[in-house]
Amino acid sequence: MLEAVLLVPLLAAAVLALVPSYRVSAGLNILASLLTLLAASSLAWVRPDQGMLLFVDDLNVVFLVLGAFVGFTTSVFSASYIAHELHTARLTPTYLRFYHAMFQLMTFGMNLALAANNIGLMWVALELATLTTVLMVGIYRTPAAIEAAWKYFILGSVGIALALFGTILVYLAARGVLGEGIDAMVWTTLVTAAPQFDPRLLTLAFVFLLIGYGTKIGLVPMHAWLPDAHAEGPTPVSAVLSGLLLNVALYALLRFKMILAANPAAIAPGPLMETLGLLSVIFAAFMLYRRRDIKRMFAYSSIEHMGIMVFAFGLAGPLANFAGLLQMVLHSLTKSAIFFTVGHISQVKGSQRLADIGGLTVTHPVLGWGLVAGVAAIVGLPPFGVFMSEFMLLGATMARAPLLAAILGLGLLLAFGALLMRLHTLAFGAPRGPVGPITASTIPLFAHLALVLIAGIWLPPPLVAWLQHVARMLG
Amino acid sequence: MHGLAFDIAHMLAGFLVLTSFMMLYQDRLSALINALAIQAAVLGASVAWQAVIQEAPHLYITALLALVFKAVVIPMALRRIIRQLGIHREIETVGGTGLTMLAGIGLVALALQVVLPVTAGSDAVAREDIALALSVVLLGLLMMVTRRNAVSQVVGFMSLENGIVLAATGARGMPLVVEISVAFSVLIAFIVVGIFLFRIRERFDTVDVQALDRFRGERR
Repeated sequence: MLEAVLLVPLLAAAVLALVPSYRVSAGLNILASLLTLLAASSLAWVRPDQGMLLFVDDLNVVFLVLGAFVGFTTSVFSASYIAHELHTARLTPTYLRFYHAMFQLMTFGMNLALAANNIGLMWVALELATLTTVLMVGIYRTPAAIEAAWKYFILGSVGIALALFGTILVYLAARGVLGEGIDAMVWTTLVTAAPQFDPRLLTLAFVFLLIGYGTKIGLVPMHAWLPDAHAEGPTPVSAVLSGLLLNVALYALLRFKMILAANPAAIAPGPLMETLGLLSVIFAAFMLYRRRDIKRMFAYSSIEHMGIMVFAFGLAGPLANFAGLLQMVLHSLTKSAIFFTVGHISQVKGSQRLADIGGLTVTHPVLGWGLVAGVAAIVGLPPFGVFMSEFMLLGATMARAPLLAAILGLGLLLAFGALLMRLHTLAFGAPRGPVGPITASTIPLFAHLALVLIAGIWLPPPLVAWLQHVARMLG
Repeated sequence: MHGLAFDIAHMLAGFLVLTSFMMLYQDRLSALINALAIQAAVLGASVAWQAVIQEAPHLYITALLALVFKAVVIPMALRRIIRQLGIHREIETVGGTGLTMLAGIGLVALALQVVLPVTAGSDAVAREDIALALSVVLLGLLMMVTRRNAVSQVVGFMSLENGIVLAATGARGMPLVVEISVAFSVLIAFIVVGIFLFRIRERFDTVDVQALDRFRGERR
């Protein structure tokens, strides 16, 4: 089934590039995403044989299934979103055709990066996914969209170039032990032979990989592209950027971290990741107070959450890794749900400015309360699942580094205050801006929020066992 | 023979760093593109030499890609773009040429200082290539930072990619998949940039990226 996870999006991209009717192509887009989801889910039970290029293990299957699920719900949301964009003539049918093809090509790139057993192939796939999102971010061709896409392209390219340099250095380190050729780029071989690698080369490589893939994760201070790219592209793209692409970059970093962790003489990756993670949390929390654009605000919240995850994986240990994994899954679900709501809201109001939006619970009860639930979940209020993962992480940090726990707690509280303050004027108070009706598909939104709610109340024991197993794998 | 093989590889890689410096002080776009073409040609020669001494025929493909695509096709296309846009005017650098050159020298020293001790175990050719490749990468970054013009930022990025190709070919026996992909990604990247350049032109009548700064989303 691994082939299906890759071939379905690739074929769909080719077909969608040729279909002129946007209704048909939106339907095909949903169908292809559903097939990808089914194929990805089957990987949890049936594993293909481990190859030199592709493999599936307990770690990447989590990312694959999560990615396919969010990709599917986003395609459902996208179908109702783009009809409105076409109606208001922000997009033409030609651009929509291009958009759908790019959406599937991006899915292909991300799935390939996640399933790659070869660090070179992983790099190529991530570059492909990045380029397709650059094109989608610039699709409105407004000055702001072009600036966002240009910035994303330049910063993303520099990041990915530095990551390739790091990859080459890892190969050099491995070559001395594994010999020349393809063996020295296969991740499963690398991680078993890692203890014999030259530690100094590995250390140098990790610095490049952390800066390179860290740019794609959106870590401060390499985050400058992220708010612009989220704010100026179509909202389904914001949802997949936050929900999926950042995770794929994080996954790449985790794979290299595991190689580093296997070599005790090389630099410990933990403290570096903890520092960048905490820096991102604190910086993004402060930046949340100064936002005037609703999508930009939630983009900074994504930086904050990626910081939390990188910090958790940097801290390592079974509990922190478990919290990081849970945080990642729940953040993907919650943040894409928020972007689904925000997409429809900005369509009703004809603006993304916070000042133009208000009193949503009165004028659009479904969207308004959806936003309230989403923000409550993302800031970590109980009974939503994010509360649990953040609480677990704080607990794990408190036990091992109380000072860091204080900094992390401060960042979480700051972000909490900023988002609740904004939510107050957005959802309650006097209505502002146009109040016209909107045809919104609310199923993806509430499906995501329901999952996050259930995760907060009761996690199925098999899932807990699975995540615990993966957390131990991560070291 | 081994001594000569090393000397030639070392010389070509050194040339590459030299062309990076040449790019740093070009203040006209057409001259900058010429320097990029020279660098790509030197890269092609360097990769071809690696193919000879490593007895790795597949590297000739990478060399050919560098020679044909990067040294001829892309510079031609870039020249056409700047002609069409009518931007033969001077390009400004931030901080002045002298300061930029000094920073460049510092970066090369840093690259050598970082890489040479770390790679003591590797063969001599790989060591020198990686060290000089890192210098080219850092100089490319420096160029992207100091230029404001969209075309020269792209040139800086391509010079950065040249450094990475040098590193990839210097690492003996690195699987082909990576080299082709690098060349391929340059192609894709170039198409993307081409589209963007025209879109930028459509909207602003300039390719000075400072014009873009006015449209930061927060200030609408």
